[in-house]
Amino acid sequence: MYVAVKGGERAIENAHGWLAEERRGDPGLAELSVAQIREQLALAVNRVMAEGSLYDPDLAALAIKQARGDLIEAIFLIRAYRTTLPRFGASAPVETGRMACDRRISATFRDVPGGQILGPTFDYTHRLLDFKLAAEGEPPEAPGHPAEPAPAPVPRVAEFLNREGLIEEAPRDDTPPPDLTREPLEMPADRALRLQALARADEGFTLSMAYSTQRGYARNHAFVGELRIGTVPVEMEIPELGFAVEIGEVTLTECETVNQFTGSKTEPAQFTRGYGLVFGQTERKAISMALVDRALRWEELGEDNVGAPAQDAEFVLYHADNIQATGFLEHIKLPHYVDFQSELELVRKLRREAQETREAAE
Amino acid sequence: MKDTHQADPDRQAWMSLLAKAPEGRVAALLDACTARPAFTWLRAPETGAVMLRGRAGGTGAPFNLGEMTVIRCALTLDCGTVGHAYVQGRRKADAEAAALVDALMQTEAADGLHAAVLEPLRQERDTARATRAAKAAATKVDFFTMTRGED
Repeated sequence: MYVAVKGGERAIENAHGWLAEERRGDPGLAELSVAQIREQLALAVNRVMAEGSLYDPDLAALAIKQARGDLIEAIFLIRAYRTTLPRFGASAPVETGRMACDRRISATFRDVPGGQILGPTFDYTHRLLDFKLAAEGEPPEAPGHPAEPAPAPVPRVAEFLNREGLIEEAPRDDTPPPDLTREPLEMPADRALRLQALARADEGFTLSMAYSTQRGYARNHAFVGELRIGTVPVEMEIPELGFAVEIGEVTLTECETVNQFTGSKTEPAQFTRGYGLVFGQTERKAISMALVDRALRWEELGEDNVGAPAQDAEFVLYHADNIQATGFLEHIKLPHYVDFQSELELVRKLRREAQETREAAE
Repeated sequence: MKDTHQADPDRQAWMSLLAKAPEGRVAALLDACTARPAFTWLRAPETGAVMLRGRAGGTGAPFNLGEMTVIRCALTLDCGTVGHAYVQGRRKADAEAAALVDALMQTEAADGLHAAVLEPLRQERDTARATRAAKAAATKVDFFTMTRGED
């Protein structure tokens, strides 16, 4: 129950004033600029863009600053902002096969054409704190000998298995996809809707769901067939011109898993695929998305539903959005005085009745 | 506001190049080469969103990946030529400069602008790409097999 109550204006105003002061921190230290956040906390910016579902590094950096580094609060700010924007249209599907790759690895084929390109990765670092970063210094030069650029575009790993017919194909299809920002997310959700929900899903939730499949809850034996990070152009048909132009360029992370599949009533034994595609350099999220996508495909592949959480589309999709989740969770801290008053009355009444029954029996 | 344009590959190419230029770069090159002509807004710069799509498995059915901010505008030169811009982000000055170049590229000024604006942009884009690709290539793994103790 909601009842409007007045009286908190001055307290709220002072709380917001203090928030601004705390956000700034020690005024003796230089203030962070939005550009510094964008450039130096780029992976936080990427996460806010991915889960805020709006690609704009400057806005994501601003949101992080405003939210004092609370990424879910920053995502909330971005989601609120995006509702104010008119929709100009939809892009042509991005062609990740044409990606200019910063990173491209395959865990299934060592000698994959195009090579294993590590890119700017945390992998193989020792995870020891680097105290040199605590001291101010010159920007480091990218090390390494000058190398011939990788041939572009780098071919897809799935294509090699496709040639032998050992992996399910993803045939081209141009069905217009559903959009959960326009129509409420309802079950049953087809794969396009699931992928949209997963692309903006909370990274922690998606990671845990994916991890649960690895630990045996709907195990699907995933290998990272290919992980690529890089830029792709965004092309859109301009309605007033009647032709398509590239209107920008975005960094994406794409993960394609190759999953063991022993065959079912409807499908032969072959490898199956899970797919992850996420804004920015966000590989933990993209791999997680691919594993969860694969688990949710049990029905179309004729697999058994073993009752695992990651197979339950309703459970996964209705709990994956951190803004929905935090909105409902955090609202319980707001005044519920009247609700609670009625609960209090009820408990008192029950106790009174129990006492009376006991006294009557004695 | 629909113009009857054929899909002109040259125009597609220059609009794409202008849309992807770094902040302020189109305006700087344009102003270094010519005084800006007078124009009237057909559509003043307006920020909005475009829904980006991907394909399941990279090649299959499309899905909605998330939105991107885009600014668009259209203007008319005094001679009646119309220039359009659709540019990623929210930068009005960049959209205006891109629409002006788009309009001027359809006039007699085209050759001059091609040399003074588009060609430098293209070279800068290619250099930036090559630099990044070289950094990526330097992280490419060269596998070698250790001697095996077979005999």
